[in-house]
Amino acid sequence: MDVGRHPNIELLDYSEVVNVQGYVGNFQVKVRRKPRYVDTDLCTGCGLCTEACVLHGGGGRLLVPSEFEEGMGKRAAAYIPFDQAVPLKATIDPNSCLWLTKGKCSQKCMEVCGTDAIDFEMEETFVDFEVGSIVVATGYEMWDPEQIPDYGYGKSPNIITGLEFERLTNAGGPTQGEIKTAEGETPEKVAIIHCVGSRDERAHAYCSRFCCMYSLKQAHQIKEKTGAEVYSIYMDMRTFGKDYEEFYRRNREEGIQFIQGRPSQVTVDPESGRLFIDVEDIQLGQVLELDVDMVVLATAIEPPENADKIASTFGLGRTPDGWFAEAHPKLRPVETASAGVLLAGCAQGPRDVPDTVAHAGAAAAEVVQLFNQGEVTISPTIAEVNPAKCVGCGECILSCPYTAIWRNNDEKAEVNPALCQGCGTCVAACPSGAITALHFTDEEIVSQIDGLLKLVV
Amino acid sequence: METNEDKQAFEPKVVAFLCNWCSYAGADSAGISRLKSPANILPIRVMCSGRVSPEMILRAFRSGADGVMVLGCHIGDCHYIDANHRTVKRVTLLQNLLGYTGINPDRLVLDWVSSSEGPKFAKVTRKFVEKVRELGPMAEEMGKSLPASKINVLVEEVAG
Repeated sequence: MDVGRHPNIELLDYSEVVNVQGYVGNFQVKVRRKPRYVDTDLCTGCGLCTEACVLHGGGGRLLVPSEFEEGMGKRAAAYIPFDQAVPLKATIDPNSCLWLTKGKCSQKCMEVCGTDAIDFEMEETFVDFEVGSIVVATGYEMWDPEQIPDYGYGKSPNIITGLEFERLTNAGGPTQGEIKTAEGETPEKVAIIHCVGSRDERAHAYCSRFCCMYSLKQAHQIKEKTGAEVYSIYMDMRTFGKDYEEFYRRNREEGIQFIQGRPSQVTVDPESGRLFIDVEDIQLGQVLELDVDMVVLATAIEPPENADKIASTFGLGRTPDGWFAEAHPKLRPVETASAGVLLAGCAQGPRDVPDTVAHAGAAAAEVVQLFNQGEVTISPTIAEVNPAKCVGCGECILSCPYTAIWRNNDEKAEVNPALCQGCGTCVAACPSGAITALHFTDEEIVSQIDGLLKLVV
Repeated sequence: METNEDKQAFEPKVVAFLCNWCSYAGADSAGISRLKSPANILPIRVMCSGRVSPEMILRAFRSGADGVMVLGCHIGDCHYIDANHRTVKRVTLLQNLLGYTGINPDRLVLDWVSSSEGPKFAKVTRKFVEKVRELGPMAEEMGKSLPASKINVLVEEVAG
């Protein structure tokens, strides 16, 4: 919300970076602004259009599943995403609005809007920016627990994910914060399963890091609000942060039952709809069958589906698990291989809120440092083109992972020293031997080969 | 007639191109962990396995290497985004063409060793040196397939 108010921050909603050219200090960024169908300068966020929307239905029955409510609540086609949305303005969903999908609607939203902010003629536009540095903070997506059917997600409305539970327990959520089963009853026994899709070769081998803590918080909330029996089924309890272990201790003192083990399956009784969990408690060495009313799955997080596209737009590398690669896992955790492009938060890997705040702060500090210096230090090991030998075939341009080479006005290749990272792939690709990798020249390497082979008899 | 003892006496010379970020560090890691890797390996550090041109590999053979290894970061883990994809294309293509110059394609190997894989570095180098030892000296093999002079001309043509 501070971002929305800050005079030096321009917030572009419904936008997507489509192209990035240039290098540190001189990036040219092209942004696609998708139509919102509401002029945010005119909209006051009063919500009258939401009330008037035909899809609002009679008796306050909204017809579109709300993304914010994880599908447990409904919304109209003209809506404000949620109460704390930034900017707090209405938008029109082009996939459900009757006018935008079918061209038929009485357009009551336009009638009631006092500032004439609604404009169905709005089209996507492109904006160009010149920026000195870029911070990629594209976050994560939730992994879909239906991919491992053992957990039974989708087979019963009472098997929910941690995020769905968050809506249930939120005072502004679909149940006004009352924890209820799909049948509307207060659950008597609830199981929370940790590491669903995390630390599991069938889905993601990595630890998603923050699920242990939110699962403990949820266990505590269930106990406090309903007094239900809570089973916390975990593999290892990773309470790594400040005060985290103390919170875990508090949970244990509250009488939450901790079972160490990974459940083999969650089954739904077809008649009663009750849920059964088979799990081996490895501390007791016993196989247990738990009979519960509700199961909360602490699902893994994963890189967003379009991470590939983001990576190629910004020239980012990715680690084998799919997150964007930092320049060095320990010493340079916010910088990337592309100078001037920085990472913040879960884009680089799973982390919780305090760590994300620290990481983002570090990225901002890196930007300030870049701008204060006004110049950048580049590595001396970069490629150099000899224009006398270059025939302008373009092989090097194709081979460069950083788009650091371009064809100049003389139809010769030219290397941008600020973008070149010195891998030397272009040198090996050049058919006319026109490119030299400084400090790794052909002569140097060949002399090494010859020297070594002569030395060893 | 060559005997088993002759083969034992033969110590192959193997040039290994190691990328700065993964395999060179992997070799270091093998050393720090005190793992035995053969002394036959003659390491050449390059910034990326993508820097290794076919000419360089042929040059190593011409200068008397009995085997050549190209070791880089695992696919998807390249320090330079995807430069090692180029390595795969080049080295595989060269392996297919090596036979025409009279060099057994088994004398060239491409593998991935990350900086933490010291044991893997020791394993792949040991295995490859054993393989080359079995294949025997390069000079002998060339003599069998084509007259040595012709090989030199061929390699000269390609390597420039």
